[in-house]
Amino acid sequence: MTPELKTEVMTVNMGPQHPSTHGVLRLVLELDGETVLSAAPTIGYLHTGIEKTAEQKKWQQVIPLVERMDYLSAQSNSMAFCLSVERLLGLEVPERVRNIRVLIAELQRINSHLVWLGTHGMEVGAVSVMLYCFRERELLLNINELLAGFRLFPSYMRVGGLREDLPRGFHAAVRAFLDRFPPKLDEYEDLLTKNSIYLKRTQGVGVISKENAVAYSLVGPIARAAGVDYDVRKYFPYLGYESYDFAVPTRTAGDVYARYQVRVAEMRESVKICRQALDRIAPAGAYAVDDPRITPPPKDRVYTEMEALIQHFLIYSQGFTVPAGDAYVPVEGPRGEHGFTIVADGTNRPWRVKSRAPSLLACQALENMIVGGLIADVIAVIGSIDVVMGDVDR
Amino acid sequence: MDSDALIASLQQAVPGAHLERAASSDLHTTIYAGRDDVPAVARALRDGQDLQFAFLAEVTAVDFWPREPRFELVYLLVSIAHRQRVRIKVRLDGGDARVATVSGIWPAANWLEREVWDLFGIEFDGHPDPRRLLMPEDWEGYPLRKDYPVQIHMTPRATEPLQVTAEEFRENVERDRLTRR
Repeated sequence: MTPELKTEVMTVNMGPQHPSTHGVLRLVLELDGETVLSAAPTIGYLHTGIEKTAEQKKWQQVIPLVERMDYLSAQSNSMAFCLSVERLLGLEVPERVRNIRVLIAELQRINSHLVWLGTHGMEVGAVSVMLYCFRERELLLNINELLAGFRLFPSYMRVGGLREDLPRGFHAAVRAFLDRFPPKLDEYEDLLTKNSIYLKRTQGVGVISKENAVAYSLVGPIARAAGVDYDVRKYFPYLGYESYDFAVPTRTAGDVYARYQVRVAEMRESVKICRQALDRIAPAGAYAVDDPRITPPPKDRVYTEMEALIQHFLIYSQGFTVPAGDAYVPVEGPRGEHGFTIVADGTNRPWRVKSRAPSLLACQALENMIVGGLIADVIAVIGSIDVVMGDVDR
Repeated sequence: MDSDALIASLQQAVPGAHLERAASSDLHTTIYAGRDDVPAVARALRDGQDLQFAFLAEVTAVDFWPREPRFELVYLLVSIAHRQRVRIKVRLDGGDARVATVSGIWPAANWLEREVWDLFGIEFDGHPDPRRLLMPEDWEGYPLRKDYPVQIHMTPRATEPLQVTAEEFRENVERDRLTRR
């Protein structure tokens, strides 16, 4: 007589302290053996009320706050915020500032994708990839340090331009990175692209269809891996992206492997954009709008001229006012379209700041990607959608 | 398609809807829609051949307290097919802050609407899962409302341990033993 097999649906709590849930994402999984029957993501463990805090701050003071939302693409966040505020103010920043912003945004994209590639590789068993990715990321953090004296959250963007001019040696440092990076990217690809273990872990896993990607408002590499060629840089160009020569890589499989391919191809395109931007940037020149209401005067004038001292004092004590209205300028961040809905009431503090969080919507679609798959694949899928919990919970 | 043609097309698709064009400082055509027209307008925006706003970028709200109507609900939509963006705004009174859900039209609205309910207390009729999203489920109040108190000092709350004397404890155990027999 054979003993009856015990069949029971098991509920498993994955997270919020699971090492591969990228921060504090919690998944309540119902399992039948190894198959996932349902998955309920629970978020909010990292909710810090940044949007409420921002309402108490002056406009320029919001920048360090928004950089801490999506902590892997800090400069991309602050740039999106500045663009929205500048739109309300009706400011036109100098062309040199636009080019520097493009360069910084693309370096930030490479930086974010490197962290993604490293952690994702590690989660599916390729630990060495993580070490190499973080080696190259270190160079990008050094560039941030050179630029602003801070590695993760440089707060280098300002409404109306940049905090200060580029430091000496900036061009050389960026060029050294751009020369070093593409061969290293080939090395990462040698480790993963045709690695049969990696292929087995990722191909056909976590598939999302093109229709569902649009319906769930997925953007960035996840959507492009599913065949949606939506890229804000091409569809709604900002900062003069229409004048750069680059391609938008897409795949149609919609699985984890396609997302990997898209992100690696995006890094190569970003290198191309960076080279073009770097060639356009003069080593010295205008780094902010010439508007005494918004840009503080240089320090040597503050110490020698009464008017400059008054202007400095006014800007740092009262800030500037923004005309009433609302604006949202979308940008293509490392995780896809993001931007800030800004509502101003005509005072020196924002009335409402709302970040469009691509990670939040990626988390929402997670259930769609993992139900029906195996529990081991859940790890690969969570890694592949590249959620940053600071962006999800804000 | 320019803003006027977009509004005309939308009005044609939903004849009875109350639509009102508003000024916009960015590349979104901005339209105020009546609260009761939201589901019809949303469906027309998604399904209209010359509209095709299949992509819901954002649902959020703004609280203009103490002004009435107090809330403004904002939907940001993208038409990938026509490279267009539109912003739909809905005015809501503070005393009756409720609107029909659009999560049946754009599945992405599910969590976005939950977030608005969580932080502003705006109810979405017919929402499949009306729970808080970011705040704990037993949280009181809606933090992003302008009349929500900030910078207050609350004494920490703790759960009192169950206080019984040694005699009561023994009695309880004894009673338990008797009933079990």
